[in-house]
Amino acid sequence: MIHALHMRMRRFLRRILTRPRIDMPLAMGLFALAMVGLVTLYSAGGGDLGLVGGQAARFVLGAVLLLLVSRIPPTVLRSWTPWLYAGSTALLVVVAILGEGRGADRWLDLGFMRFQPSELLKLTMPMMAAWYLHPRQLPPSWKDMAVVGLLIAIPAGLIAKQPDLGTALLVAAAGAFALFLSGVAWWRIGLLLGVAAAMVPVGWHFMHQYQRDRVLTLLNPEADPLGNGWHIIQSQIAVGSGGIFGKGWMHGTQSRLEFLPEHTTDFIFAVFSEEFGLVGVCLLLALYAFIIGRCLWIAMEARDTYSRLLAGAIGMSFFVYVFVNGGMIAGMLPVVGVPLPFVSYGGTSAVSLLSGFGVLMSIHANRKMHD
Amino acid sequence: MKKRRALKDPRGEAALFQRRSLVGFALIVLGLVALSGRFFYLQVMRHDEFVTRSENNRVKPKVIPPARGLIYDRNGVLLADNVPAFRLEVVPEQVPDMKAMLAQIGSVVPMDPDDLADFRKRLKQSRRFESVPLKMHLSEDDIARFAINRWRFPGVDVVPYLTRHYPYGGLFAHVIGYVGRIDADDLKRLDPDRYQGTSHVGRSGIERSYEDVLHGTPGYELVEVNADGRTQRVLETHPPVPGKNLYLSIDVRIQKAAMAAFDGRAGSAVAIDPRNGHVLAMVSVPSFDPNLFVNGISSADYKALTTAPDKPLYNRALRGVYPPGSTVKPFLALGGLAYGVRKPEDTVVSTGEFCLPGQSRCYRDDKRGGDGVVDMVEAIEKSTNTYFYKLALDLGIDRLSDWMGRFGFGKKTGIDLEGEENGILPSREWKQEHSHQPWYPGETIIAGIGQGYWAVTPLQLAHALSILAGHGIPRAPKLVMATQNGVDAPKVPVPNPPTGPSLVSDPAHLDVIKQGMEAVVTGGTGAKQFIGFPLVVAGKSGTAERFSRTTSAYDTNKNTAYLASRHRAWFEAFTPADDPKISVVAMLEAGAWGAEASGPIVRTIMEAWLATQGGAPAKPQPPAASPAPTPPDVPEDVPVPADGGATP
Repeated sequence: MIHALHMRMRRFLRRILTRPRIDMPLAMGLFALAMVGLVTLYSAGGGDLGLVGGQAARFVLGAVLLLLVSRIPPTVLRSWTPWLYAGSTALLVVVAILGEGRGADRWLDLGFMRFQPSELLKLTMPMMAAWYLHPRQLPPSWKDMAVVGLLIAIPAGLIAKQPDLGTALLVAAAGAFALFLSGVAWWRIGLLLGVAAAMVPVGWHFMHQYQRDRVLTLLNPEADPLGNGWHIIQSQIAVGSGGIFGKGWMHGTQSRLEFLPEHTTDFIFAVFSEEFGLVGVCLLLALYAFIIGRCLWIAMEARDTYSRLLAGAIGMSFFVYVFVNGGMIAGMLPVVGVPLPFVSYGGTSAVSLLSGFGVLMSIHANRKMHD
Repeated sequence: MKKRRALKDPRGEAALFQRRSLVGFALIVLGLVALSGRFFYLQVMRHDEFVTRSENNRVKPKVIPPARGLIYDRNGVLLADNVPAFRLEVVPEQVPDMKAMLAQIGSVVPMDPDDLADFRKRLKQSRRFESVPLKMHLSEDDIARFAINRWRFPGVDVVPYLTRHYPYGGLFAHVIGYVGRIDADDLKRLDPDRYQGTSHVGRSGIERSYEDVLHGTPGYELVEVNADGRTQRVLETHPPVPGKNLYLSIDVRIQKAAMAAFDGRAGSAVAIDPRNGHVLAMVSVPSFDPNLFVNGISSADYKALTTAPDKPLYNRALRGVYPPGSTVKPFLALGGLAYGVRKPEDTVVSTGEFCLPGQSRCYRDDKRGGDGVVDMVEAIEKSTNTYFYKLALDLGIDRLSDWMGRFGFGKKTGIDLEGEENGILPSREWKQEHSHQPWYPGETIIAGIGQGYWAVTPLQLAHALSILAGHGIPRAPKLVMATQNGVDAPKVPVPNPPTGPSLVSDPAHLDVIKQGMEAVVTGGTGAKQFIGFPLVVAGKSGTAERFSRTTSAYDTNKNTAYLASRHRAWFEAFTPADDPKISVVAMLEAGAWGAEASGPIVRTIMEAWLATQGGAPAKPQPPAASPAPTPPDVPEDVPVPADGGATP
């Protein structure tokens, strides 16, 4: 019995290595992005090879996860979906209870490792939305939309309460993109956006003071240049002083002299912009656009509605990362803790993102055959 | 539900999804284009602005304060030095908890309550990123203890600096003064650009009046700093221009002798070279240690100085005003000759009492029964009051005050120090201004013997005497003889031109006065004090009353101690009488009789001066230009001329 299991494992591993079921263009895009990320991190970290090594190790771990996930057929994923969603949401509740009264607590300590359950929702949220919408008549009815809205609101609300607005935004966006791709009528989208806009003052009321400060600071960073405005001002100085061609790799003064806060994590895009200039920024954004486009291409080729919605939602939420992070460092959006995918230093995001791309690889492998 | 399911149209759904994906992708591309538009705006349109701000971030000018000019005596003996020291500085924005830091630092480096109070005051006035001194002049123990505990105090550091040191302590406190830490009031009057990085400024004496010369111009270096403001490397250096060195005309040996001659008794002495107005010595006794003030005086020390009965902080030479008494008589006699109201041979009968016609009140001579018949020389020699009562009356108050005013009485001498007192020159105008009353003839009479409204500072009298001794040529007293741009540069003399033509129209007039003053020393009131002095001395004593008399009784039966408590003792003299090279005024606040009390002080000063001239009758020029520095303790070792006699 054990021997048989062992043999199955070995066959499975051999197949992963000898016949990987991956989409080469997407894989190449991700590889290129990871390389850009490591090169930028080397400079942002002041030439710290240990930092780059640690990040590379995470990429390797992520790649292994990607390969493993890519072997799981979408139908199996679909059947697991409600349990995965319920489980990850339950963990959020656990965190909410354990973290009670201790300010921001997003972490769950398992004894041997700590992780953020909210990271899981980045994947399980679009899965759940796709799972729910998959058997329904599309475009969805008001009722179905309401159900999906509720499925989004529960985890997003729990995460926002941690408070981790950035992740809550990403989770909510992933679910919302599934709805969008399911074909919700444009007028309904317009109506919902209108209602959302009307709710802004209510949301303002429920925001933490530091969150309000971030928004106010965005509108007038010079009001408090050494305090709340510091991030925005220094980040814009880094970006703006980069010019068209940049100051050159390893020559960004803003980060090297530590004017730029968190320059290896959330603000690494500013380092990139300072050193590689507008040309580098456009090329990097084009690379992101290519990856997103490839994801949507894979989605369009998918065999069933579940796979389509899931692949499309994952691809489109990738855009949210880039846009929110880029908007933040360019002073367009408030400071929200959203990393630049594959470039920002940090553990869970690279690993969870690569797992998500594993799902895409699996969907790609199980695409419908062209006639 | 079932019905709906039956209606599900996979192909239609796929088409719908495809449309949505394309629209979604188009929106995403649009979003990315908008994002790159923002980058275009920052990186191209506002590029220059951000480049500037990035440079400003990175490159900070750091001020290098200039070294303060040194002060030497006329022979190059160092009187004010810059010595390296260490202080504790705090950068407020780098201190996480100021209260806790201040509470804990005391256990590492002992803190005075004064230091802390001062620090708190400065903290309020400074910007968060500017360092504020917490404790000056750390001892080696302090530095060692702090070094071990430094990690506990982020934002606190030991910083080297140059501090002022006065090797002679109190000897020059009233001449050179001292520097003090710059405070809020100083900041208002000082040029902030020139004083960046400078912690001290001249507070009194030469240090204050020559502040501009001594201070220099700060330099700066451009340094690359990180966000914490820590210097990464120096990009450019523009060295500061140090302040100029000053050479005082004072000779440290004469100064020492003058100080010693007082033996702690309150008073003042000023010696001036009448040929050029150079001050050779200037003391005010008692004095204080100016080093106490440099790094902030403790309140206990300050209290001790301010409450001491003899007021050591009080500069008697410059600010102490006293009735001059008989010391004005030679000047008055010269005025009598100048205005033609007296000829030298004119005589007056002194009977011991001088009365105005029609008035019952009379004015006394010092000697019961008077001096008999005296001419001008005898009147000076014997200090015959009656002669000068009459002379004053014949001159009249207007001519008297006009004449005495030419010798600088009643106004600042113009010495290169701040804070001089004007004193009082009796005149109708002065009285009108101060008491709105007319002038009475009786007031003219007592003005003739330096009493009444008269008030002069020792410096004023020394100034007047130097004019008299210097052939009547008016010239302000001057302390700084030369400046120097750095140690090896040549000295640049500071000119001290006469302020007008000689006050004496006929040199014969002056000869009469000198004759009278020589007689004072050879046989008159000052006869005993100059026996054996190798040069011819011309002098005049003065014994001024501290309080106005209530009776016209004579004091001759009273003991010396009692008289000293009532009298100011003056002596003025110059030598050699035919070609004066030094004129000296000494004043004791409590001396029974001018000649006996202050005469020996003048003699001591003259002997010290003579020793600097090589002991023999003086050479034509004092060794002012000699660059060889004299070791500070030389004066004590210089042998007093054999025929100089013992110092009284």
